[in-house]
Amino acid sequence: MSTNKPSLLIFCVLGSALLAGCATPKTLYQWERYQPQVYEYFNGQGKGPDAQILALEEDLQKIRAKGNMPPPGYHAHLGLLYSQIGKDDRLVTELLAEKELYPESAAYMDFLLKKRKK
Amino acid sequence: MSSIRIKLFASFMMSILATGCANLQPYDYTAYRQSQPRSILILPPVNNSPDVNATYSVFSQLAYPLAESGYYVFPATLVDETFKQNGLTTPVDIHAVAPAKLQQIFGADAALYVVITQYGSSYSVIKSAAVVTASAKLIDLKNGNLLWQGAATASSEESQGNSGGGLAGLLISAIVYQIANNLTDASYKVAGITSQRLLFARQPNGILNGPRSPNYGKD
Repeated sequence: MSTNKPSLLIFCVLGSALLAGCATPKTLYQWERYQPQVYEYFNGQGKGPDAQILALEEDLQKIRAKGNMPPPGYHAHLGLLYSQIGKDDRLVTELLAEKELYPESAAYMDFLLKKRKK
Repeated sequence: MSSIRIKLFASFMMSILATGCANLQPYDYTAYRQSQPRSILILPPVNNSPDVNATYSVFSQLAYPLAESGYYVFPATLVDETFKQNGLTTPVDIHAVAPAKLQQIFGADAALYVVITQYGSSYSVIKSAAVVTASAKLIDLKNGNLLWQGAATASSEESQGNSGGGLAGLLISAIVYQIANNLTDASYKVAGITSQRLLFARQPNGILNGPRSPNYGKD
């Protein structure tokens, strides 16, 4: 038994060192409940747009408090939920917020904004 | 005897770990590097499994690894709505849309076409497990060229974070989400792991880091 222990220890230390070399724990964005909320939206088991807006707005406060970025799509999805309860002004605000944070989305956000005006 | 076995096991595991870090048979990234996509439009995945939940369970979790790898990823819910408003209600129909048309509407540099081949319970002789398997192709929307392709699988029977998980297991254990109780369904969680294995950069033959990643251009 005692001869096993050193080899096990070396294996563990080296193994964790290697793993640490591969992993980067810091994320680019603070995701909170965004993805589960998107899934709820799709599978229809959620509590409706009001509850989903509440959850996303609450999480947005947490994200801002830490000075982090919400992930791509966060503001746009929130805008979609607002449009479903008739708040089209908030849809516009959120689409513009998405465009400002992520200029890569500009063409699509403009497409959605233009459609809204019709 | 057991000491030798442990040493053998240790060296075996070390070689697996080392493989996880090194590219042994490098993927040909020529087209990918030339294209330099900044934004990726993930299309609703085609589901070839019998479980009707597969498409949206996977679709709602693909953004995480791609965005964290440095790409702008289009909002899944709005993308889905846009297709529906244009009469495209099934992933098969959506996957058949011409790249130029997608580029015109979304302004995306590339699109990701995902096909789910396995989703949900898989009954083997010994026990049942939730298994999710998917493959993906990254297509340049300017010219329709294939930039990258890959496949991944995950099972609820894997021991995460332990020796069996390897590199992929570690990536996942760092990013575990608590989801609402009514959603805690084993296949959904496994689909999240499959998505991450499929689309996280810094994996052998995986996606390259995108412009928003601090590692952009270093892989």
